[in-house]
Amino acid sequence: MATETDSATDGSTDTEGTGAGEVEARVGLRYTLRQVKRDTTARIGIYTVGFITLVAVLGSLDYYVFDYGVAEAIWYSPVQDPEQVRRLLPPVGMENQYGQGTLEHPMGTDHRGRDILGRLFYGTRIAITVGFMATAIGLVGGTLIGAVSGYYGGWIDDVLQRVTETIYAIPFLVLVIAFMTAFGRDLSFAMIGVGITSVPVFNRLIRSRVVSVREEDYIEAARAAGVKDRNIILRHVIPNSFAPVLVQATLQIGVSILIVAGLSFLGFGAQPPTPSWGQMLSASRNYMLPAPTFSLFPGIAILITVIGFNILGDGLQDALDPRINN
Amino acid sequence: MTEPLLSVRDLKTQFFTEDGTVRAVDGISFDVYEGEIVGLVGESGAGKSVATSSILRLVDSPGEIVGGEIEFKGETIFGLEEDGAGELRPRDEMLTESEMRKRIRGREIAIIFQDPMESLNPVFTVGGQLREFIEINRDLDPDEAREEAIDMLREVGIPAPESRYDEYPHQFSGGMRQRVLIAMALACQPDLIIADEPTTALDVTVEGEILEMVTDLQEKYDTSFIWVTHDMSVVAEICDRVNVMYLGEIIEQAEVDDLFYDTKHPYTSALLDSMPRPDKTVDELRPIEGVMPEAINPPSGCRFHSRCPEAREVCREVHPDLRDLSDEGAATHTGACVKHDAFDVGYDDSPAIETQTGSGFSAGLTETGGEAE
Repeated sequence: MATETDSATDGSTDTEGTGAGEVEARVGLRYTLRQVKRDTTARIGIYTVGFITLVAVLGSLDYYVFDYGVAEAIWYSPVQDPEQVRRLLPPVGMENQYGQGTLEHPMGTDHRGRDILGRLFYGTRIAITVGFMATAIGLVGGTLIGAVSGYYGGWIDDVLQRVTETIYAIPFLVLVIAFMTAFGRDLSFAMIGVGITSVPVFNRLIRSRVVSVREEDYIEAARAAGVKDRNIILRHVIPNSFAPVLVQATLQIGVSILIVAGLSFLGFGAQPPTPSWGQMLSASRNYMLPAPTFSLFPGIAILITVIGFNILGDGLQDALDPRINN
Repeated sequence: MTEPLLSVRDLKTQFFTEDGTVRAVDGISFDVYEGEIVGLVGESGAGKSVATSSILRLVDSPGEIVGGEIEFKGETIFGLEEDGAGELRPRDEMLTESEMRKRIRGREIAIIFQDPMESLNPVFTVGGQLREFIEINRDLDPDEAREEAIDMLREVGIPAPESRYDEYPHQFSGGMRQRVLIAMALACQPDLIIADEPTTALDVTVEGEILEMVTDLQEKYDTSFIWVTHDMSVVAEICDRVNVMYLGEIIEQAEVDDLFYDTKHPYTSALLDSMPRPDKTVDELRPIEGVMPEAINPPSGCRFHSRCPEAREVCREVHPDLRDLSDEGAATHTGACVKHDAFDVGYDDSPAIETQTGSGFSAGLTETGGEAE
């Protein structure tokens, strides 16, 4: 085959010789990220989520490796009661009936005299872990069920869809609380419970894409090439149906954090003295009038985190939508 | 002649839809011998593609192969037998689904699809897909498979295969993608490649290159092809033998030269006449009038009679089977049209019937087609 004919055929795309490097690839993580960054709001989302995740990572590091050693060395013990108990101090520069805020506790102290900033810091770790783990459970479960269901169709589809719809029909909070009552009030069961309630969301989302993707010629081609069904689903069907799921996952992280905070508020999930935002809110509700800032800061932390993930999700959605790109 | 590589006997594939049973493939038989390119020709909806996916047993629900036999290199790809209660069940020696997947699909019989734009997975690199395919079917480790994949890309005339290996399908033009698909089909050196209208989506110059390339590669690897197309010019270009399909049936079978110069079936002549040629103006083109009837209720008698310029009363009643119409000593040439003496059902005495073709065209066709008899 002569090369001149090849370049003629090839004229519509990049000319031969230019590698992938010179052509802006419209796929891949890097491209998507660049696309997200182009949008100001989405950029705010990325930075917020990035910051919160960083805080969570630092918190975990300190917790697992140094057992709060770093925080104690630099500042103050965030969890244990201090020797000198200064309860319900307001933030710096403010005053309430219990006294005046000090630089030692920039956000004040709680009803046991613990530093609120410190507890918020370590609460991030729990929020992020819960958000990611619960979403991961829902994502993996929902994607597999939805992909298998959509790919095979027929009775397999019917059975799987009816089962997940049954889960969907039960109000999720009731379901999670029932689940935790049965298995334990532990934080890990909160994650699993919230994860399970999000399975139907991912399932429906990916199934609707799989139903159209499975009709594509490359799926037929893979079958004709003797590829196993399992590999077709994992390597061809799921990657091509994944974009909306990714967006949903980002949003779901925010939702999961909110739900688990709500559960902790109700007394399910993180148990005292573990510093979790929901449980801090729960403790603060008795001191609403004398120390309003006690409930304010965990509330703001939850708000910022959830909004951060939502903005990021929206940005991803735009970035992954080819109609908007072009 | 030696044993055929692939032998299809009385294959029937039906689709059970709410509107009724669609008899997409209704008892076709043909052979493919080693190293030859066999054409499967017909209009859209004739059942060509269903026939090819039946050969790989890839017919999806609601479709089902309901009868017939497919033998490939002495192995039974499909075959039914009656059990004690008179019910049909698959024969014992029929290959199981996993044997089909592991041994036949991709390794022994590969398929090239019509639309190169859609047949590659957009989320993986071209090279990665080719490599994966080679890995699966040839038990090579990833590095060897990569070497092999690059070699194959070079073989099908893709320039700078090392750098194009890491590109995504959208960075390839249509002709290039079709080359990749051909590379994929050839990669496992199968004995038979089914090409399902591989050049239909391409423009004519690219089509020419691809056909030339296939002919070269076919000679080099001695692979057999089933070439599905509706384009008679492609058939003339590359096929050795041709099966013409109409509404689920094969209505003419011949070597390519016989088919063109000694056409036996009015449908085949109509196909040939509807081919655009430089020596004919648009007005002189004779498209086949009407559309193909639905395969749910095929017309009685000869299925082509409703559109046939030479149809007579007898065509409504007699359903012609494929009979040998070849001249003595010549290669086998079978056709299914009652106008030939081999049928002897009184075609000559039967009155002509009104068809969708209109008078102007049919007059001319009857003259040429009829005189040849």
